[in-house]
Amino acid sequence: MSETHAAHHAPTGFIRKYIFSLDHKVIGIQYYFLALFSVFVGLTLSILMRLHLAWPHTAVPLLDKLSPLGAPGGVITPEYYLSLLTLHGTLMVFFVLTTAPQSGFGNFILPIQIGAEDMAFPRLNMMSFWVTFLALIVLIATFFISDGPPIAGWTNYPPLSAVGGAAGPGMAVGDTLWVFSIAIFCVASMLGAINFIATTLDLRARGLSLMKLPLTCWAWFITAILGLLSFAVLLAAGALLLLDRMGGTSFFIPGGLIVSDKILSNHTGGSPLLWQHLFWFFGHPEVYIAILPGMGVTSHVLSTFARKPIFGYRAMVYAMGAIAVLGFGVWGHHMFVSGMSPYSAFAFSILTMAIGVPSAIKTFNWIGTLLGARIRFDSPMLYALGFVSIFVTGGLSGIFLGQPPIDIYFHDTYFVLAHFHFIMGVAAIFGMFAGTAFWFPKMFGRMMNETLGKVHFWITFVGVYAIFMPMHYLGLEGNPRRYSEFIDNFLVPLMPLHRFISIAAFITGGAQLIFLANLIWSLFWGKKATENPWEATTLEWTVPSPPPFDNFAGLHPVVYHGPYEFSVPGAEKDYIMQTDAEVLKEG
Amino acid sequence: MGLALALAVIVITVLSCYFFWAHTWWFPIDISTHGPAIDHQFMLTLVITGIIFVAAQFALAYAVWKYGSKKDGSKARYSHGNNMLEATWTLAAAVLFIGLNLMGYKTWASIHFVGAQPGAMQIEVWGQQFAWYFRYPGPDGKFGPVHVEKVDDSMGNFLGLDRDHDADSKDDIVTATLGLPVNREVNLILRSKDVTHSFYVRELRMKQDLVPGMEIPIHFTATKVGRYELACAELCGLGHYKMRAFVDVMTQEDFDKWLAEQAATQ
Repeated sequence: MSETHAAHHAPTGFIRKYIFSLDHKVIGIQYYFLALFSVFVGLTLSILMRLHLAWPHTAVPLLDKLSPLGAPGGVITPEYYLSLLTLHGTLMVFFVLTTAPQSGFGNFILPIQIGAEDMAFPRLNMMSFWVTFLALIVLIATFFISDGPPIAGWTNYPPLSAVGGAAGPGMAVGDTLWVFSIAIFCVASMLGAINFIATTLDLRARGLSLMKLPLTCWAWFITAILGLLSFAVLLAAGALLLLDRMGGTSFFIPGGLIVSDKILSNHTGGSPLLWQHLFWFFGHPEVYIAILPGMGVTSHVLSTFARKPIFGYRAMVYAMGAIAVLGFGVWGHHMFVSGMSPYSAFAFSILTMAIGVPSAIKTFNWIGTLLGARIRFDSPMLYALGFVSIFVTGGLSGIFLGQPPIDIYFHDTYFVLAHFHFIMGVAAIFGMFAGTAFWFPKMFGRMMNETLGKVHFWITFVGVYAIFMPMHYLGLEGNPRRYSEFIDNFLVPLMPLHRFISIAAFITGGAQLIFLANLIWSLFWGKKATENPWEATTLEWTVPSPPPFDNFAGLHPVVYHGPYEFSVPGAEKDYIMQTDAEVLKEG
Repeated sequence: MGLALALAVIVITVLSCYFFWAHTWWFPIDISTHGPAIDHQFMLTLVITGIIFVAAQFALAYAVWKYGSKKDGSKARYSHGNNMLEATWTLAAAVLFIGLNLMGYKTWASIHFVGAQPGAMQIEVWGQQFAWYFRYPGPDGKFGPVHVEKVDDSMGNFLGLDRDHDADSKDDIVTATLGLPVNREVNLILRSKDVTHSFYVRELRMKQDLVPGMEIPIHFTATKVGRYELACAELCGLGHYKMRAFVDVMTQEDFDKWLAEQAATQ
């Protein structure tokens, strides 16, 4: 400890300070901006998709410059729609939902919240960011190759993804780049995960026992374990897929296929279902990787702005643990109609229902935290409350999809789209909004604009319901997902609803510029932040905003209290810092 | 702010429920014998989750309204939780969710744990980018072997049959529309020539992937004469959205006539 401290002095050169930095705070911000770039690209893609779905023949200015083949004259072709869909999903799931909540906020806040001066392995930390950056470059490159991005969706199912260019546009070079990008991303995520686990276990301040950790730290810690175990499997699956594509193997390709009038005579014996098992063994824990940090932030912000201890701290920790353990046993619910054994569907379904229980516990505890509170409606709190509402909505549609007989009808329809956009998309994004509004003062030393924050919250909160709630209704009508156009007789009458969703998406998407403007404006001209503007209790609020290079100026903080000591009877103020030596009277 | 948020949450909740309640957008009619059980399980789940949805959103709305306006300087209630409550709602959620799941077990079992009756009509369903083909075994009741190398879409030999040499293939009938006799159990054998597709007929409450290298059976009985649409429900390439076919459910008489017409064109 003392040795690393001696070597741990602030770099002076621009490159070592801001580019190849070893400082967890800089790396956290780098991750955050990488995710910010990705989320706006991903959002733009979704706007283009909604435009194409509602008005298929509209020309988009300049789009033909980016892709003369995909959008001749600016009009998106059906296959380019699938390219947009694939990149939208991939960017959002990997480079936004996996990146900002965990690697962004986690990197910046976790070491400070546990009283450490950096992550356990700063060099590994720097490496994991730059490897992630490389993965993003490789993925974005698919836009600029003549073939265009792949069209097989973010799940990239073989044989479509395994047989190369014969399967369609973008499936030659484009899909190879996609698999490389994801494999690189897996490596980066595992490096990051090891670092988070070691940091949480080894570098906690004196007095900070595990059961005194803020729930944010618990969320990052558990997420890291999920990431370590699940990305390893995706990496293996990606390697096998690359071998099938480039090495002539047949892990996922059965014999006797005829693609584009050509017999694939040199493949035999592979199983398309094997990919689905491997992919979803990663893919379902991935959902929790996306949402657990959001749960952590929400719990933390709710308690802070309710001025009340979190309801059922231990239950919250155990619930996250249960979600993590059960999360590895439910991947088959993505495969009820895939052709796997219907008996295993039954087992997966029971475990899926079981995972609803810890999710319900968390919701009860959030509402329990609010009862008897003294709520302060600053924008972090609004986003956290939005998270709870959206999490409930998104969670409940899972009760339908987790039941195989009902899933027969809803599988791969807009009902599924509604479900996962609410629960892992929008809820997680609201967690990120809450985290941004809450920690921005600490990260950049300035406050965000409160008025802009509230305007953004209101448009976004109402907007996401207007976009995604109607997708349930489309699901009732059996509207399949991943359709470039709706030409079936039963789909044509649904066009007005599709147009409504598109308009809601344009407005809500546009409102994100308010968030971006607020972020950029506040970076330079926001009001200077004090050390603890929210009157919060955890360790990051004991250091200056922004914190100095080694966080605690060489001192070692000592922790006396749990993280959520608000409104303690007899205490002078309505909060007690974790580091306050003041004795707690039992209330 | 608390009141505004409470109202927003309530309005959103009520509107969301209204459209489920009013059936503004709803399932198409069911034309299968197993469908009513699925629909029943859906309705049961809708009612239970609907109650939880309304209760949770209203509780949230109540909390932000009630505890968002106190400005008397008093402190919040100091409480770290209640173990009795935790245990209660954990148990309640577990019983409810898992119980609900078990109630749907029989429906799933009847569709998938038992095969078709011996007398069920056999039909092969073939998916390829971006078309459907259906094969009836003909009077001999046997499907002839498929020869991959003989597949030639331009010659109309979509499945690679060798009618000159394979006796079983001679009377096989290949169609582009799925004709079904009403009120008779059929056993579909799903096969794919290239990538994964999915057989989805809304009115039959049936969806099943066609996986290359596998032959996946599904069985059902159609109960209502009419024309329905078959859609592909698994992303299969650039023409996924236009991979469609019609399902014609006919009286036995009409079906026999239709099949004879199809046989004449082979």
